[in-house]
Amino acid sequence: MSSDTRPATPMSRQIAEHRSLLDRALGLPKLVLVALSVALIGFVISQILIGYMVVSGQLDGKWYDIRDFGNAMVSLSDAINSSGMDSRIASTLTYLIPTLLGATGIVSVVGGWLLIGPWAERRLLAKFQIRQGPNRTGPFGLLQSLADALKLMQKEIIIPRGADRFLYFAPPIAVFIPAILGWAPIPWSPKMSYADLDVGVLFVIAISSLGVLAVFMAGWASNNHYSLLGAMRTIAMMISYEIPISVSLLAVVLLTGSTKLSEIVMWQSEQGVWLIMLIPFAALAFLFASTAEINRTPNDIGEAESEIVAGFYTEYSGMKAGLFMAVELGNAILVGALMSTFFLGGYTFFGLETWIPGYLILATKIGLVYFLFVWIRATLPRFRLDQLMGFAWKFLIPVSIALMFLTAIESSILVRWDAPSFLSLGLIALVNVAAAVGLTFVWMRVLFRDTDLSAPPAPILTRKMGGLQAAKVLRG
Amino acid sequence: MTTSTEPYVLNIGPQHPSTHGVFRLRVVMDGEKIKDLDMIVGYLHRSMEKLAEERTFTQNIPFTDRADYLAAMTGNLGLAIAVERLAGVEVPERAEYLRVIFSELQRIASHAMANGTLISDAGAWQTPLLYMFREREKILDLFEMTCGARLTTNYMRIGGVAFDPPVEFWPALQELVDELPDRIDEYHELLVSNEVFLARTRGVGVISPEDAVNASLTGPVLRGSGIPWDLRKADPYSVYDRMDFDVVVGKSGDVYDRFMVRMSELYQSVKIIKQAISQIPSGAHKTDIPLALRPDEGEIYSRIESPRGEIGFFLVSDGGPFPYRFHLRAPSLINLSLLNELGRDAALSDAIVTLGSLDIVVGEIDR
Amino acid sequence: MRTATQLSGIFVSQVLGKSLPDIVTAVTDEWIEVAPDRVIEALRWLLDSDEFDAAQLSNLTAVDRHTHIEVIYHLQSLDLNHQLVVKTRTHGMDPAVVQSAYPVYKGALLQEREVYDLMGVRFEGHPDLRRLFLWDGFPGHPLRKDFLAMPGRITPGLEGFPFEDKDKPIRPINQENVEAGVAYVVTGETDENRAETDLSEGRG
Repeated sequence: MSSDTRPATPMSRQIAEHRSLLDRALGLPKLVLVALSVALIGFVISQILIGYMVVSGQLDGKWYDIRDFGNAMVSLSDAINSSGMDSRIASTLTYLIPTLLGATGIVSVVGGWLLIGPWAERRLLAKFQIRQGPNRTGPFGLLQSLADALKLMQKEIIIPRGADRFLYFAPPIAVFIPAILGWAPIPWSPKMSYADLDVGVLFVIAISSLGVLAVFMAGWASNNHYSLLGAMRTIAMMISYEIPISVSLLAVVLLTGSTKLSEIVMWQSEQGVWLIMLIPFAALAFLFASTAEINRTPNDIGEAESEIVAGFYTEYSGMKAGLFMAVELGNAILVGALMSTFFLGGYTFFGLETWIPGYLILATKIGLVYFLFVWIRATLPRFRLDQLMGFAWKFLIPVSIALMFLTAIESSILVRWDAPSFLSLGLIALVNVAAAVGLTFVWMRVLFRDTDLSAPPAPILTRKMGGLQAAKVLRG
Repeated sequence: MTTSTEPYVLNIGPQHPSTHGVFRLRVVMDGEKIKDLDMIVGYLHRSMEKLAEERTFTQNIPFTDRADYLAAMTGNLGLAIAVERLAGVEVPERAEYLRVIFSELQRIASHAMANGTLISDAGAWQTPLLYMFREREKILDLFEMTCGARLTTNYMRIGGVAFDPPVEFWPALQELVDELPDRIDEYHELLVSNEVFLARTRGVGVISPEDAVNASLTGPVLRGSGIPWDLRKADPYSVYDRMDFDVVVGKSGDVYDRFMVRMSELYQSVKIIKQAISQIPSGAHKTDIPLALRPDEGEIYSRIESPRGEIGFFLVSDGGPFPYRFHLRAPSLINLSLLNELGRDAALSDAIVTLGSLDIVVGEIDR
Repeated sequence: MRTATQLSGIFVSQVLGKSLPDIVTAVTDEWIEVAPDRVIEALRWLLDSDEFDAAQLSNLTAVDRHTHIEVIYHLQSLDLNHQLVVKTRTHGMDPAVVQSAYPVYKGALLQEREVYDLMGVRFEGHPDLRRLFLWDGFPGHPLRKDFLAMPGRITPGLEGFPFEDKDKPIRPINQENVEAGVAYVVTGETDENRAETDLSEGRG
């Protein structure tokens, strides 16, 4: 054995030779550095000018106000209406053009996320798991998802023998419909909402239950026990967790007095409070139930890879499996958007929305919720099916309903009470938090009265060896 | 009105994420409940015992690497000790200490792997596994430094060990041993009080002490059921009788206890390595024996404590250079004896976690 | 420091013989041998007796002795920390039948399947005696010494080893060579290449 130094593994060598971003930036040529700093200074100056325009109110309502693309749409409609066209053509155009532009916008947001999302998730997970993550394809591995998509598209589509061909091909497309439709009522800025429905909350609830159908089709048509098991699990879970979601959203509606998403956001903005502070239990119930709806850890039993391989899409190959995975990512940010809109103040951030475009604030919030999802995924094991169902039916639903009634009483008394909002809302928050904690505690006691909830005993250390008799002595 | 159900057959494996190799379970299921299960092994069968009859005792050591490929050192050591007892070979003291150090390092690496995969089976998306790999990686680096291989080490030899570790080995080992307790504390914080993990593992896959003894279970599985039985203490080999350590015993025999036994044994292994480092004498690292060792006619059953349990070697010598019969008592295989009883009427998720907690290595099952 | 005791077969046979006369057919200092149709009786007695308390079937294996197959049970007591070895031999090779130890020791379940698969010992009373590693219909039992020369010209795997002399047994251990210090005897060895096969000075 030679006495060389400690052999470095390729990985440890890679980490040792990895230069920091700052090092790499400072290593650029002088000329580039100068140009960059000039650009930076120019950018700062332009931002100051824009800030001045914002403060003096010169931007409000103008078509070039990029804080709200709704303004541009309104100006466009005005221009078409005042151009002297035939009124029927004009009204058709004012309807068609914003619709098409808006749809394109939503699809490109979702599509753009599908390109960047897998990379983001894998990088984040890698950082949680003390490894590097994809960093080979393109700068920082950014093109990884594109490469994956290209690879998936080239792969053979395998149809299992005995599969129902129509039902087998439909689901990958069908699952996309709710994932896209769900974006319609979400307000990105005061006027920037694809369809600001009066029944926005109902629309969201209705749309979110559509996904079950595709899962059912996929699981049944695949002619595979794993698929069937996965579909069964997913359907059972989705149906159970619809209820806490609806109840949580009812609490929101009760407090804000509107089922219109933009009004829910405006209510939070006007009161200067986020609903998660007023009804924390509903918010957490919504978050937890959403992880079940979109099949993410700790509730990803529908596609628990250690048990049933890939759940309902086990038999899908190539881009069809890719579509299922993509929809999961899309759903994750849809849930992030809904969570932000209902409970985190939507596109507002305590007045910051006058300075920064509202959609950027919303995107940041979506990103944070998504980060939370990834964090949970990197940390927690998953529950068992009966545990999850029991949690929904025995705990989440009764407690949510009880707290919803409490919210109803509060909203009928306090919100309409002629008192300063900080007083009434503060009272609501206090009562709700106390009730949520108390009810959880009491209900847990009732539910688990037969179960030992104490911390598990530490293992015994011994030096005396033996068999059954020694074991008896040890246990005492 | 009762709803009638129809049982169906589910094939878990041979290619499945949580069978830890090519291991197949043929499960009869009724909904989510398992009605019956049957294990089908042999996909990795290499006829090791037959091949061993055509090779000298020394040439057989690499087979033991490939049997339990996650704990090659203890496999090597088991055969080396068996042959030494059969042929009456003396081992230098330094070699004995090196053997203890390396088999305890191997135990840490193997237990880390076992617990990491168990938590992956419970559904944590590989994070604990990769954290466990951090330590395992360093240990494998130490192996590589000493004998040039990371997994299939072929390090223990009849009459000692193959190489004395290089000078850089000792500071690296010291560094590792110093930081290991902190790292293990980290895992305790992450996992031991994790509610989801507790909900998934407590009261699941319970093996009673009576069953555990009767079904020949050994190692952490036996200790998890509350039997204080560790061959390092009960039948000390090498220099384990000079080491000061405790044997970890569980209380209820469920998956969580088996997990905790492995977790707590990491501390004890570190303790043993520290003592071995401070006690190790200088001197030769092996005695010279003829390559074709010819033990006297006779037979021996010799066993040691591998990370998975009692790894035993039953050797029959006819006085020639080859063993007349070479049998490896594979703890992975025998620990599966109760699999049917454990799996029956369990939920699929529980069965997977239980299988993970038995810590099988398919190379050893199939041989 | 206390290590596990290996019980003397003579001692075991004396105690066992008092309760179950004529059950021990042969005995040495290391092991006792019992009749194949009385294995369960002996094992159950050893398990139940307070003196031996053979609580665990540590290892079960078999050895091909050309005329018969020897099945070996390594029993141990955890509480008393001792081991004892029980052997039994089949009457002939085909069929080789032994009573199953499963009713006494659950640990025999897979070990007996393994022995059945590789050695062809049929365990009577085993609840699920199928091949373990090899597939159903595999010809022969590979751990038997005559595996490569089965009747009916069935030769799974190799016909033989490339250098093998068909007229000689596969592994001739020549006593002359042993005494001459030629440690390693390869089949097909001749006087010319013997020097190359003298490996006794090699690194261990």
